Amino acid sequence: MRRFLRLLPVVPSVLLLLLFLLAPVAWSFYASFTDAALSGRAAKDPQWVGAENYVRMFSDDSFPLAAWLTVVFVAASAVLGQNVLGLLVALLMTRSRRAMASWVGTAVVAAWVLPEIVAAFAAYAYFNREGTLNQVVGAFGGVGPDWLYSFPLVAIVLANTWRGTAFSMLVYRAALADVPRDIAEAALMDGARGWQRLAFITLPLIRSSIATNLMLITLQTLAVFTLIWVMTAGGPANASTTLPVLAYQEAFKFGDIGYGTAVASVLILLGMVFGAVYVRLLREQRP
Amino acid sequence: MRRRVKFAAVISVAAVLTAATSCSPTPEAAESKTLKIVYQKTDSFTALDTVMQDAKKEFEASNSGVTVDLQPIQANDDDYGTKLALAQRSADTAPDVFYEDTFKVRSDVDAGYLLKLDSYLEKWDDWGAFNEAAKAAGRADDGGIYAVPLGTDTRAIWYNKSVLQKAGISVPWQPKTWDEILTAARAMKAADPNVIPFNMYAGKGTGEGTVMQGFYELLYGTGSSLYDENEKKWVVGSQGFTDSLAFLKTLYDEKLAVSPAEALDANVWKKVFGEWFPQGKLGATVEGSYTPSFWQKGGAYEWAGYEQEMGVAMFPTQEGQDPGGVSMSGGWTLAVGAKSKNPELAFQFLTTALNKKNALAYDINNSQIAVRTDVASEPEYLAANPFVKDVSDLVKVTHYRPATADYPRISTAVQVATESVITGKQSPEDAAAEYDATVRKLVGEDKVLEK
Repeated sequence: MRRFLRLLPVVPSVLLLLLFLLAPVAWSFYASFTDAALSGRAAKDPQWVGAENYVRMFSDDSFPLAAWLTVVFVAASAVLGQNVLGLLVALLMTRSRRAMASWVGTAVVAAWVLPEIVAAFAAYAYFNREGTLNQVVGAFGGVGPDWLYSFPLVAIVLANTWRGTAFSMLVYRAALADVPRDIAEAALMDGARGWQRLAFITLPLIRSSIATNLMLITLQTLAVFTLIWVMTAGGPANASTTLPVLAYQEAFKFGDIGYGTAVASVLILLGMVFGAVYVRLLREQRP
Repeated sequence: MRRRVKFAAVISVAAVLTAATSCSPTPEAAESKTLKIVYQKTDSFTALDTVMQDAKKEFEASNSGVTVDLQPIQANDDDYGTKLALAQRSADTAPDVFYEDTFKVRSDVDAGYLLKLDSYLEKWDDWGAFNEAAKAAGRADDGGIYAVPLGTDTRAIWYNKSVLQKAGISVPWQPKTWDEILTAARAMKAADPNVIPFNMYAGKGTGEGTVMQGFYELLYGTGSSLYDENEKKWVVGSQGFTDSLAFLKTLYDEKLAVSPAEALDANVWKKVFGEWFPQGKLGATVEGSYTPSFWQKGGAYEWAGYEQEMGVAMFPTQEGQDPGGVSMSGGWTLAVGAKSKNPELAFQFLTTALNKKNALAYDINNSQIAVRTDVASEPEYLAANPFVKDVSDLVKVTHYRPATADYPRISTAVQVATESVITGKQSPEDAAAEYDATVRKLVGEDKVLEK
């Protein structure tokens, strides 16, 4: 009885999760096995088509490309960009003067507090043909390329790194504050250099923060849509079409809900695989 | 962990409370009825909004107890279509009367979104005033009428007289073949390297604009077509398709059109109307008969001198073969939702919005080609801008898009082919071959025709 009472406060949230999270996921999974559409005969009466959408996915050139771009985008902007840059900024902040640290902190967090659509427009204005970046290049006498057209993937990777670094920085600042000073000092006495202390003392101590941070930013970056849609809309010629953009285009531009939800289902699976890997990493290091 | 769960519970309770208070349903009184009207409105397209506001006033005055709930959707054509289709999936959100693109009528009838209007039209005297082509625009595969057109349009070459004259080209200008277009464009480039001589939209950025104001004018002038209406099959492997891509390649490679990067920007058309034509930086482009609506008083890019500065010409066929020119037509309609609870009232609202007075105002403000014969003969309509007669005459050489459910994807495949060619990713032959492969994959072997 007591156990039941203890669980009682959880019931509403579980119900809401079932209703608003699991139900849409289940529906999307179901729809991916039908020919559901926005218009035409299939809109009135969707038919069960089995794995047809999945078969089509792997014979379609745009899907493997989108899957690959998604992996590159996540690896470059989240795992490398946000994660490493966030750690670096956090480490430097522990050493810098207070005024400097707060100034840098504000500048980094500013990108994070902006709503995604505003950040996306800011990034668009920055990388645009006549945007800030090319004006700066122009001031030094150079002629910048059309970033969004010639280097769309680089542009969205940089934009997502800019936008998301603050999160990693905050996580690592908190983690670094918990690293006991005496261990670092003892290592210093033993003659460990700066990078040795980082590699053998600091990083192992914050391992669980690293894993948690990686999991969160990976899942966030997998789902990035607005930023890419505003900056390049997946173009040119699908050169920046990641899975969320592909799913949106298929479902809402071409009205093929069945195929769009199939792409979304693969995206969910991908997220679950990443999630499972990180959770395992987290568990392994518990003593 | 436990703390986190508790926190989540508090959040969810709060969410439930806000949700409950924000959507409390208003009880409907016995006499009051609400009609929900959905249409498109953008910062450069407000003509329909004006008509709807007027129709609402008129309709509410003559039908007491009825509230007309206008719900304009601020979006481009593609997104408007998506939002409308999503709203139509449920009876709770489906509109009573809505603005519908002609090329979507058939597939939306199949989807069960549109109400059959035949029995209502019988009792509407004004229906006789619509011309035959207009009546056909709302006809579905079963022969019934499901939508009533607001107006139609054609496409033509719009050119800036000063730019042409500077290059020694006499106006009025009427190219007879594709080569004459290239010759003129090269002359403009030679006279002033800073002008964009002859632009044609290409790539996925401009969406339907790419094919309607660009590729189809080329394709249908080669004697080929996209779809065989008699066989009900899609055409693949045609020389005309490759030739059309090759023409675009020439335009873009020789920098006679905008740069590929600019072409892929979805907003390039705003520069065409808002900057390049008024500033004399663009020689000519293919655009719709609605072009003057942007420049006339109250338009999005008011330009007092456009009537003198601009000229209009028919887009020629490839070698000048019959009928000598090409145009494409589309147009939008009003339709009644199949799920409407008050179909009789909804149809009455539709007739108010499309009566002679409102149709005249709409056709003039939006530079539409009138579909009501009584509007077409109004002096006020004929004098709306100097180009009404020229663009109306193009109805003789015009083509319509195949309005099948597969069309939107085929259209995208065409856009992809143009994008690959202008960016240099593929040669016209390779892009055409890839288009053929895509079409076969999309519709199946039994629905393609080798030509």
